[in-house]
Amino acid sequence: MAKKVAFLQGNEAAAHGALYAGCRFFAGYPITPSTEVAEVLSNELPKVGGKFIQMEDEIAAMAAVIGGALGGAKTLTATSGPGLSLKQELIGYACIAEIPCVIYNVMRGGPSTGMPTGPSQSDIMCARWGTHGDHATIALLPASVQECFEMTVQAFNLAEKYRLPVFVMPDEIVGHMRERIEFPEPGEMEVLDRIKPTVPPEQYKPYDTQFGDVPPLASFGSGYKFHVTGLNKLPDGFPTTKADYVQAEEERQIRKVMADVDNIVDFEEYLLDDAEIVVVAFGSTSRSARFAVNEARKQGIKVGMFRIKTVWPFPDKQIKALAGKVKAFITPEMNLGMCTIEVERCAEGKAPVLGIFRVDGEPINPGQILDKMKEVK
Amino acid sequence: MSGRYELRFSGAGGQGLILAGVIMAEAASIYDGKQAVQSQSYGPEARGGASKSEVIISEGPVDYPKATHVDALLALTQEACDKYVHDLKEGGVLLLDSDLVQKHPAGKYNITSFPIINTAKNEVGREIVANIVALGAMVALTGVVSREAAEKAVLSRVPEAFLELNKKAFNTGYEKALEAKK
Repeated sequence: MAKKVAFLQGNEAAAHGALYAGCRFFAGYPITPSTEVAEVLSNELPKVGGKFIQMEDEIAAMAAVIGGALGGAKTLTATSGPGLSLKQELIGYACIAEIPCVIYNVMRGGPSTGMPTGPSQSDIMCARWGTHGDHATIALLPASVQECFEMTVQAFNLAEKYRLPVFVMPDEIVGHMRERIEFPEPGEMEVLDRIKPTVPPEQYKPYDTQFGDVPPLASFGSGYKFHVTGLNKLPDGFPTTKADYVQAEEERQIRKVMADVDNIVDFEEYLLDDAEIVVVAFGSTSRSARFAVNEARKQGIKVGMFRIKTVWPFPDKQIKALAGKVKAFITPEMNLGMCTIEVERCAEGKAPVLGIFRVDGEPINPGQILDKMKEVK
Repeated sequence: MSGRYELRFSGAGGQGLILAGVIMAEAASIYDGKQAVQSQSYGPEARGGASKSEVIISEGPVDYPKATHVDALLALTQEACDKYVHDLKEGGVLLLDSDLVQKHPAGKYNITSFPIINTAKNEVGREIVANIVALGAMVALTGVVSREAAEKAVLSRVPEAFLELNKKAFNTGYEKALEAKK
């Protein structure tokens, strides 16, 4: 049977991806350029027994998403940079309390209100370090409408598997552009659910790590009662200041992600086999880069692209391996060098990193990337 | 760049140009077996302000989603024409509303001009379908999607009660453009 197809915006596709992954609760506050996610889910969630709430502001939306997740639902919020800033206090709360949820953040300019309808890729570091304190971060960067769907499904899987908030971050171009999408059949893409406790309620501890670094999570309302706090806590969820315990717990909460980094980090290698120059790009900028690489190849320039799909955790291992082999990296991004400093860190001085930065609300075009390739000696 | 056809629909916010672009892209990618990407840029205003919708159509995958060298440009206002004509290819298709764009740009373009909005208002019956008149004209002038695919795409986007109105708008635009081109 032919697959169901549609011609959708990235944001609309993401909303359908959320439904496919089993999301049944959305809370948000409308903000350009992410509003289409809320529009679609306000129509679709009630049809599948889900709940849609438009909250009074961004942080309240994050609070509702955390509450919904503790109630056992897969939950989503959608926002953009200014909203992401406002949500940070509770994103940190979701990190320390280990609450699975998905934050779909469409990148527009900044700081502050910036340019609401213009594209940007400048929330990369806000996702990583916007909330204070050491914590692991998982953030995915779609580059097509199909990927907005698929990465939203993947984000729910990662949130459920590792018990943490996961980001999906298209730039405005990817969020708003329309392309043909083929919907996967039910069962075609893997859908993961959080591990539930097997012990009876009276023995349950929400942060019991005896079975591994990701403790089982009970749902409120299912007979299990437990304490949730933003303070450092003991296995039973109540606060502690025991030095050894706090140190070990903070390390565990990062280890639960980083020990599995090879299973989390996703990327695309395009024409890298003989490449002397590697463009490291993501989101809509990777589409300019692919265009430029194809043009350059016609002119005999040995160039390829490493496309970042998972920006956090950063693909350290892959970039480090390339650094020893190439003449230069080129890093086009719609910010003033946020990924570039990560590439420089991984390049360890073995290859120069040539940035192309644009924050004027216009995309980086293939010609700019092609010109930079020709500068490499 | 071969095999890549770039269209830009421009005018003022509220004229339905983004929808016209979406329908063109749907015609190509859902009904004509090609690949297409539609993107847009617009100001924060609900109405007014320069607005553009771009469509890239190709036999193969479309990488860069924005226009680089425009093959066909529609301009429904003088402001849009002045602002967006700069990267139209030499010999490219330029469709203008003859009432609203009276100053034609310098350059070797293949210009077709007729009163698009006036046609919608007086011949089709509703000014609101000017975008569909313009779409019909762009399909006729570019031939980048088939007339049948485009008509199907128009009708799939329109509420039942307005099917005839939009069909008339599309076909009137198509015929008018061919006449005006002569």
